[in-house]
Amino acid sequence: MPDDLENNAALKKLREFDPDAVEEAQSFRGEVSLSVRAGHLIRACEFLRDAPGLAFKFLVDVTALDYYPEEPRFQTVYHLLSLETGARLRLKVRVPGDDPRVDSVVPVWPAANAFEREIYDMFGIQFHGHPDLRRILLPEDWQGHPLRKDYPIEGYR
Amino acid sequence: MPVTLERIPGQEEKVSLNMGPQHPSTHGVLRLVLELDGETVVKSLYDIGYLHTGFEKSFESKTYSQDITMTDRMDYLAPLSNNLGFCLSVEKLLDLEIPPKAQWVRVLLTELTRIQSHLVWLGTHAIDIGAMSVLLYCFREREEILKIFEMVSGQRMMTSYFRIGGLALEPPLGWLKRVKAFIDKFPLRIDEYEGLLTKNPIWLMRTQGVGAVSAQDAVAIGLSGPSLRGSGVKWDLRKNQPYSSYDEFDFDVPTRTEGDVYARYLVRVAEMRESVGIVRQAMDGMPEGPIKANAPHIVMPDRESMKNSIEGLIYHFKIVTEGFHPPIGEAYQAIESPRGELGFYIVSDGSPKPFRCHLRAPSFANLQALPKMIEGRLIADVVACIGSIDIVLGEIDR
Repeated sequence: MPDDLENNAALKKLREFDPDAVEEAQSFRGEVSLSVRAGHLIRACEFLRDAPGLAFKFLVDVTALDYYPEEPRFQTVYHLLSLETGARLRLKVRVPGDDPRVDSVVPVWPAANAFEREIYDMFGIQFHGHPDLRRILLPEDWQGHPLRKDYPIEGYR
Repeated sequence: MPVTLERIPGQEEKVSLNMGPQHPSTHGVLRLVLELDGETVVKSLYDIGYLHTGFEKSFESKTYSQDITMTDRMDYLAPLSNNLGFCLSVEKLLDLEIPPKAQWVRVLLTELTRIQSHLVWLGTHAIDIGAMSVLLYCFREREEILKIFEMVSGQRMMTSYFRIGGLALEPPLGWLKRVKAFIDKFPLRIDEYEGLLTKNPIWLMRTQGVGAVSAQDAVAIGLSGPSLRGSGVKWDLRKNQPYSSYDEFDFDVPTRTEGDVYARYLVRVAEMRESVGIVRQAMDGMPEGPIKANAPHIVMPDRESMKNSIEGLIYHFKIVTEGFHPPIGEAYQAIESPRGELGFYIVSDGSPKPFRCHLRAPSFANLQALPKMIEGRLIADVVACIGSIDIVLGEIDR
């Protein structure tokens, strides 16, 4: 295991708090990514936000990746920032392709609202517990989800 | 597609008002649906996407070098900031070392971008609230900066001047003279704008106490940039997580604690003064040396070596026809754009085209604070609040 993973305070504390939450930890170019099991996401996020010494109170960004035709097909990606320590952390959650559904983090960080709507719009992933899950950039009657890999670049004609 | 608010039985006297997308003070094509009780906004929804062009999809079908031209068009008021954000992310992915001169030219030009973006904001914000003349002054100075951009890159707005590994070309002789001429007189011009607005009683009445956001709310909703600093959070990526050699510059991070429209105004005006200081330092201490990284398989060779050496010809051919192959991995690099944290998240699968390229657009997150600012206030304040968060619909809709 590389040094920056071993010394990562967030990973260490999260493992102590919930040993099953983190599936896999990776480090690339000094950025730490943690794969979190879908069922543990909300608990882990609340812990990361409130734990003293971590305080990831700022949700920078939420986005998604499509690994079509692999399964589980999607990943949702969360970028967290702690204004106290300056640390950044990336969380990832695997989402199956046949029923793309994941818990919404809006109750943890209200900032996720528009980002999750964008993912719903572009990837068709449902966010359980989102207060207002509608398309945000495309018209409501749009067919398909453009950022999926099986969506043609010029759209359906 | 209509976005409407639900009618509450027994409260039929409330009026639903559609504002935008073709409204002069929505700064682009923003549409708001406001529920009014008299002149008070009870509830509001925003509707975006009128400028959606699918940039993130297009990124996946172009090589990394080709993608730079699209970043200009996202935030069209700060093209060089977007260039910088994208280049830094790809350079992080490649683990590329950038020569000092290129880094300093990047700092100088992005600070000029910040000034010109804030000038457009100030002019349009003032004209929204009724101070017409400020716009004319602001655009006079902005023109000077656009002429500098044209001199350096050949383009006034869609510059694409920063490339992966450095700069597109050597800046022309005498360009610093032009920058100096502008920077020497610009602080006096800021005094002029402040003379028109800062103590103007009408301006104060329209902005003080309007659209206040507490520091806690600002962090929770994801506000960044001057809007966050106007709420008393001292957070500036140039200072807190320096990139592109910002740690070698001496500047202050202006903050205010009030969190209202007036505080955001004061923060941005103070930022323009700080940017002037940074530009002056960059000008005076500009290092000599190459403007491109020493990485021939990534950085396009210059014309001479392409014509005269076989290596240059091969590299040129490879880069143009195929592109370069970054390692498999992912990188997120954020910069402090004029509007806040602008970050590119790039995932590479080892091919010459990005597997996924996502823009964390500051305006997209900042816009979420708008309902909080305007609900419970008069409809005239809506216009002041929209102006104060300085949104650019190009990067919101992408």
